[in-house]
Amino acid sequence: MTSLPFSRRSFLKGSAALAGASAFAGPAFADSHSPLTVGFIYVGPKDDFGYNQAHAEGAAAVKAMEGVIVVEEENVAETVDVQNSMESMINFDGASLIFPTSFGYFDPHILELAPRYPDVRFQHAAGLWQEGVHPANVGSYFGYIGLGQYLNGIVAGHMSATKKLGFVAAKPIPQVLQNINSYLLGARSVDPSITCQVIFTGEWSLAVKEAEATNALADAGCDVITCHVDGPKVVMETAAGRDCFVCGYHADQSPLAPEKYLTGAEWNWPGVYTRMVQTVLDGGTIDNFDRGGLAEGYIKMSPLGPAVTDAARNQFEAVKAEMMAGGFAAYQGPLMDNAGNQILGEGEAFVETDIALESMDYLVDGVIGSTS
Amino acid sequence: MAMTTPPITGARDILSPDGWLAALARRSEAVVIPFCALLAGLAAFSLFLLMQGKSPADFYSIVYMGGFGSSFSWQNTLSRTAPLLLAALCVALPARLGLVVIGGEGAIVLGGVACGAVAGLLIGVPGVLGIPLMAAAGALAGAVWIGAVGALRHYRGVNETIASLLLAYIAIALMNHLVEGPLRDPASLNKPSTAPLAEQLRVGDLPGWNVHWGLIAGIVACIAAWVLIERTTWGFAARIAGGNVRAAQVQGLPVGRLIIGFTALGGAFAGLAGVFEVAAVHGSANASLAGGYGYTGILIAFLARHNPLAIIPVAILLAGFEASSGLIQRRMDLPDATVLVLQGFVFVAILCSETLYGRFRLFAPERWRTA
Repeated sequence: MTSLPFSRRSFLKGSAALAGASAFAGPAFADSHSPLTVGFIYVGPKDDFGYNQAHAEGAAAVKAMEGVIVVEEENVAETVDVQNSMESMINFDGASLIFPTSFGYFDPHILELAPRYPDVRFQHAAGLWQEGVHPANVGSYFGYIGLGQYLNGIVAGHMSATKKLGFVAAKPIPQVLQNINSYLLGARSVDPSITCQVIFTGEWSLAVKEAEATNALADAGCDVITCHVDGPKVVMETAAGRDCFVCGYHADQSPLAPEKYLTGAEWNWPGVYTRMVQTVLDGGTIDNFDRGGLAEGYIKMSPLGPAVTDAARNQFEAVKAEMMAGGFAAYQGPLMDNAGNQILGEGEAFVETDIALESMDYLVDGVIGSTS
Repeated sequence: MAMTTPPITGARDILSPDGWLAALARRSEAVVIPFCALLAGLAAFSLFLLMQGKSPADFYSIVYMGGFGSSFSWQNTLSRTAPLLLAALCVALPARLGLVVIGGEGAIVLGGVACGAVAGLLIGVPGVLGIPLMAAAGALAGAVWIGAVGALRHYRGVNETIASLLLAYIAIALMNHLVEGPLRDPASLNKPSTAPLAEQLRVGDLPGWNVHWGLIAGIVACIAAWVLIERTTWGFAARIAGGNVRAAQVQGLPVGRLIIGFTALGGAFAGLAGVFEVAAVHGSANASLAGGYGYTGILIAFLARHNPLAIIPVAILLAGFEASSGLIQRRMDLPDATVLVLQGFVFVAILCSETLYGRFRLFAPERWRTA
């Protein structure tokens, strides 16, 4: 980095110290064993009832820990903005552990910054870290939330009268396709005649199209609707307004539709983040590659809503117990995709940890829709 | 507005309308009025902050610290400035012809996609050849996109403001289609992108800085645009047509070619912004190209009153506001939208100040003696 002339600098020191002191007014400076400063960066608003809110709830749990200062920034684009935000947290706030929570922050932004700040740990949500390829001070973590959509599907399968489910999806990428397929397979474990119609909006956050897609699904006769977009608020409210049941995603959306909400696949970031931060506080190192599902506390299910029948509840609880035991396989052969290609033969299966699930590029038989 | 009137006593010839003081007075109007409007906007925003129970002094000291207060802050600011300079030119150039083009975002994303697509054909080509080819492809894509807005305006009478805005949505949809379909690198699983640029095709940083060469390109483009408008017959003709299109036609000026040429040139600059986003920042073309630079560019061009040279300091100022936005969120517990509100106040203040030109005797030496 280039330094500016000294005169400017000495003037700045004064103003920076002044502003810093007034802003912190507390234990940030001066402490002999200074607290750990943890940064969280979100791609959207912290209160989106979705992806970003789920992470912000995790940050709030970290904030309550002893000896930790949390700094947060919302609406940070996946451009040079996020590099600057991370660098600003490091330089101005002394952050030494940063959670940039959007998938697109990884390449090139985290990879650009990590070698320049070897003492800072960059923990990236969504998982791409590879041994020997990526810097050692970078880690990635994610959860098998597809299993949550499978459980959503089980409840939806019991509650659907029309045997048609609806799914509002952002983009046809592996993570989203896996959720759609898991939702349908969960429902088909109840009744193999069930179908699921999917509509892709093309964007992670596009309220108008999400509402249009939800209405179109309701018009087409779908009576249990879920979604994978950044903020499910619009889908939940619109679907409930059309008298459809809804299954949540990312966070608990039951306050948006208390009567119509069945259950939801939620992230459990408070558990994950407090565990990781505690590891650092104890002087340990967070694993560079960390994953988990229901059993590991990465994901959880919203409490079942008032409309859920006993039959649905029983199967939901039984399958959930199976998942907690580990090694659950939602994808079991024989399995075809909806274009007629065979995905799994008789006796084959993908268990939850199978890496093949992470490059999924198909919709399974029974899903109405197309990836392109 | 409290202005001191120039001293009447003393040597009389200083006050002559031909003297240096008179020349200074005439030129200073274009600086003093926007600057006072900026201050008025900041003052109005301070009232807003007070209503929120926050201290304006804290706020502005954080803006200063985050945007301009250290070498890191300057890098943060300048790294955001590069695309803004080029995006603002996409608004400012057509504006000299009286056209309000607000769809520069479309040219940026298509410029980036064109860059990513061409880079795929240039795997073994050295950078000295490959980078200019990518830049040309991106500029061409932007020029065609915004030039089409000019052509629609000239030949079909379609409102250029609406057309450019709607075309920006089409451009973003087209980009999504291309990077998720025909141009997608199969290895880009959860973030569909074009194939990564070969190493020699990447545009690096300025020596000793974490700011890429796009900043220099943007500044050169602003200077070139100023020369074009102020020092060439084409620019003169454009200003005439912008002032009164009928008069320009009566004079036999090629109004159609001017409109298409200036919109295309503006689009080319915006396309170039997309090229730098891909070649210097992202390394491949993907949905992150739609980062909103095109919209901030509108604000900058209006604040600079469509003067390409003024775009440079205004873009740096707004980039500084944005650079400090994170610090404001973290230190003052204000939402991300705070900086947008600030920009809004400044924008309205500058627009209101448009009515003040020619009203102050201070800036009109001819009227000094008739006090």
